[in-house]
Amino acid sequence: MGMKGNGSNHECSRERVKGEEEAAAELLLCREPIRIMSKGEVDYVHARGGFSFDSCRRNEMLLNKGLKPSSFLKTGTTIVGLIFQDGVILGADTRATEGPIVADKNCEKIHYMAPNIYCCGAGTAADTEAVTDTISSHLKLHRYHTARESRVVTALTLLKSHLFRYQGHVSAALVLGGVDVTGPHLHTIYPHGSTDSLPFATMGSGSLAAMAVFESKYHEGLSRDEGVKLVCEAICSGIFNDLGSGSNVDICVITKGQKEYLRNHLLPNPRTYISSKGYSFSKKT
Amino acid sequence: MSIFEYNGSALVAMVGKNCFAIASDRRLGVQLQTVATDFQRIFKIHDKLFVGLSGLATDAQTLYQRLVFRHKLYQLREERDMKPETFASLVSAILYEKRFGPYFCQPVIAGLGDEDKPFICTMDSIGAKELAKDFVVAGTASESLYGACESMFKPDMEPEELFETISQALLSSVDRDCLSGWGGHVYVV
Repeated sequence: MGMKGNGSNHECSRERVKGEEEAAAELLLCREPIRIMSKGEVDYVHARGGFSFDSCRRNEMLLNKGLKPSSFLKTGTTIVGLIFQDGVILGADTRATEGPIVADKNCEKIHYMAPNIYCCGAGTAADTEAVTDTISSHLKLHRYHTARESRVVTALTLLKSHLFRYQGHVSAALVLGGVDVTGPHLHTIYPHGSTDSLPFATMGSGSLAAMAVFESKYHEGLSRDEGVKLVCEAICSGIFNDLGSGSNVDICVITKGQKEYLRNHLLPNPRTYISSKGYSFSKKT
Repeated sequence: MSIFEYNGSALVAMVGKNCFAIASDRRLGVQLQTVATDFQRIFKIHDKLFVGLSGLATDAQTLYQRLVFRHKLYQLREERDMKPETFASLVSAILYEKRFGPYFCQPVIAGLGDEDKPFICTMDSIGAKELAKDFVVAGTASESLYGACESMFKPDMEPEELFETISQALLSSVDRDCLSGWGGHVYVV
């Protein structure tokens, strides 16, 4: 099995399909030396990073007893990106769902990766946030190491290798866009680790609605205003036609040397109060 | 029955004018049987930071102990209390670490940051943070809590009014949920 160094985490995650128990046991075994050295620190998992599979056996036992697993916060989403004449425009809706309930009416789906690279995420919310934060820190360290601006393909390779390593269990579908020395780039990354490089892209549950808008109205050499307008239309089409997307539109325009993050650029679903006074309770009710 | 509905819980936190309120129900059950009527779900981390943990009670208590441990280490190293935003990132990281074998727990974090600016946030069981400017809810009664809070919440409430509002929202929602109830604990800071 070759249980040395950080390779152990990856070996274990691939073995997960066979038996989480073996994986958990192997992981514990390889952690022994570190535990003895740092007596004071009970949380030795932090020295190595990565995932800990400690509770897997207990959780599997609970599932066998008939308890159903929990539902995670998903971003049933519409995320889009397109390349215009000076750079890249990314757009996203702002609804986060937990089953059929809207958990967050105004969440941020456009994540920062580098000053010139942004990434939209769809899928399980914790996965998209964690994976973009991790890779963003990676890129920063890489920038310090190489003293150069990050390239979009670097972020792309880091993201796809991370996702492939976990064989799609880290369920994050991403639209990555940015402008670097080689020009504007736009890529889509699927949860299993495959990627596409396209002039316009959509992901998420509302992707079909948004793609319909792009396919009919996109042409090369769009100006900034035309591009923003087209992205807004695509997201709005996702918001109004897809149940998993809603609320507001966030836009991010990236050009050479500059980026504009337009949070809540459009609010097509304002809250209309019937009675502006609201309820008020007197003391001691 | 889902794992989250094994013990039953209801948690809500609201933001007011330079203050926040966090409230929980008091019932601890084993599926449909009530085992305790004074169960504590909201814990103090330091004077200006409270965390409420809904979901499976055993995971809530384990997670609380780990968080208190990490916060005490932080206090020793940094010689100050943790800011709520930092604490939220800490909880998120601890939960995401167990991504493939999670704690069955949904935390609600409420605190006062710099210049007494109130901060509330909730997370799902694997650490997806959800910051809100008005209110956050968690637990088995969350669906009715969403409805009650949406209609009863007003921005910039004073502490007394905030207390009344959050109590009414909690009580009316747990009345509609068989797995939570038996009164409530409210902390207003």
